[in-house]
Amino acid sequence: MVLGTYKQIVHARSTDKQIQKISQDGGIATGLLCFALDEKIIDGAVVAGPSDEMWKPEPTVALSSDEILAAAGTKYTLSPNMWMVKEAVRQYGLEKAGIVTIPCQTMGLRKLQSYPIGVRFVAGKIALDIGIFCTENFPFESLKTFISAKAGVDFSLVEKMDIGKGKFWVHTADDVISFPIKETHGYEQSGCKVCLDLVSELSDISTGSIGAPDGWSSVLTRTEPGETIFSQAVDAGLIETKPMDEGKFGLEMLTKLAKSKKEKAMKEIDQRKELGLPVPYKASSEKEDPLANV
Amino acid sequence: MLARIKEFLGMEAKPKEEASQQEVEKVAEEEKAKPRIGYIHLSGCTGDVMSLSENYDILAPLLTEMVDIVYGQTLADVWWDDENPMPEMDLALVEGSVCLQDEHSMKELLEVREKAGLVVAFGSCAATGCFTRYSRGGQQANPRHESFVPIADVVKVDLAMPGCPPSPEIIAKTVVAVINGDMDYLQPMMDLVGYTEACGCDLQLKVVNQALCIGCGTCAMSCPTRAVGMTNGRPEVNSDRCVKCGVCYIQCPRSWWPADRIKQDLGL
Repeated sequence: MVLGTYKQIVHARSTDKQIQKISQDGGIATGLLCFALDEKIIDGAVVAGPSDEMWKPEPTVALSSDEILAAAGTKYTLSPNMWMVKEAVRQYGLEKAGIVTIPCQTMGLRKLQSYPIGVRFVAGKIALDIGIFCTENFPFESLKTFISAKAGVDFSLVEKMDIGKGKFWVHTADDVISFPIKETHGYEQSGCKVCLDLVSELSDISTGSIGAPDGWSSVLTRTEPGETIFSQAVDAGLIETKPMDEGKFGLEMLTKLAKSKKEKAMKEIDQRKELGLPVPYKASSEKEDPLANV
Repeated sequence: MLARIKEFLGMEAKPKEEASQQEVEKVAEEEKAKPRIGYIHLSGCTGDVMSLSENYDILAPLLTEMVDIVYGQTLADVWWDDENPMPEMDLALVEGSVCLQDEHSMKELLEVREKAGLVVAFGSCAATGCFTRYSRGGQQANPRHESFVPIADVVKVDLAMPGCPPSPEIIAKTVVAVINGDMDYLQPMMDLVGYTEACGCDLQLKVVNQALCIGCGTCAMSCPTRAVGMTNGRPEVNSDRCVKCGVCYIQCPRSWWPADRIKQDLGL
């Protein structure tokens, strides 16, 4: 199953007008964290917050809705959120931390929880993991370079970045510029090339824009806690849902992209194995489902 | 008891009634053959056994009901000398590296290998040498004590549980796995036996240099001495602070990937 194990898959968006305004798509990560904080399901969250430099995120421990809102929106570069997990538990004293992770970070988190080899009393204090869909990630300098080279826009004027409909979109105050997403290839970090996970298969709840109409997100609930929190937010009226579009631009698109990421990664993994280079995953010949994230 | 440990660890969400009956039967079965455990303290700081004892909720019943501590100076007051032979053990936890110039340590380690079914390198000093790797001798009380090596350099080791110290949770999870004969869970710790030359620089050599780093920050988070930071999405190691425990590389999601266990733990 290329989308991992899940309980339900829907389109959803936050009903909060303020969140809708500042969020990337449906504002699911922002909306759910604010809800979980208000309901004391979590007592804080590790998020990709703002830093001194525009568009360069910094892993941040958010303790209030305001701090969560300040981290809304996608930044297409590295934010080592796992770095802040111990800080969140030790320095901030969180007992039930939330965290937003991209798939590779989710994998770091889950490995820590199953094998907390050298990390004392941290793994059990992560109460909610919201996973973001991810096709690939860019070093900060890569992002700056292709924005100025491909979009011809001064980096400091960028107000929003977005990936959709096969294009990378750059919004400034008075202009929207786009270029084919293919042109960003070669700028991504190489560690992404062996990644088999687009939809954050191991999160409590996964969300992203792929397969969703504008202003909405696709959402997959996976674990018991994930399903419970999502349903509670829907029942409370903070998240609205509609059935997943099964068609070409909906589920079909999400499945297609998840599958193609896996196929590309498997090719890379097999090639690396042949060369004798290390890679933590099995070769396609070593596993039942050649596209499984193992 | 097992149910209590599992509950403590959040393992296996079975319906309560069913679980308790099964567990009682299981524990009753275990009663017949309690594993005999020894604790051997070589050149380490006692931090590993302190971490073990941090499992407050389960420690007393664990030590009294589930296992027999047959040898050790901290957990049981049993010493070995020429008059009192070292007892047979099912499992020996060895804390600390072994000093090649310390005849007593060398003798004790070799004897443990003879008497124990399974030898566990418990904690990073035993597994990787950890900060005793920096020793150059010339100090009191014995200036001749200079060469400290992971115990796997001297004897065959069956399981390695690195960590400076190993977390209380991994110790409890491993105990449960040993009692249940859950070899799948123990496999990574069998594989780690070969990882004796650990260093923060492994992040650069084995992850970044190998085009595997994705900048998640797990390494920096797990470093017990804050020797690892993240700069431009990549780990940066301050070698003056690194104690060579190996935890950063071991926790890295790109060093080894226990996919099946993770899915099982998440119920996915």
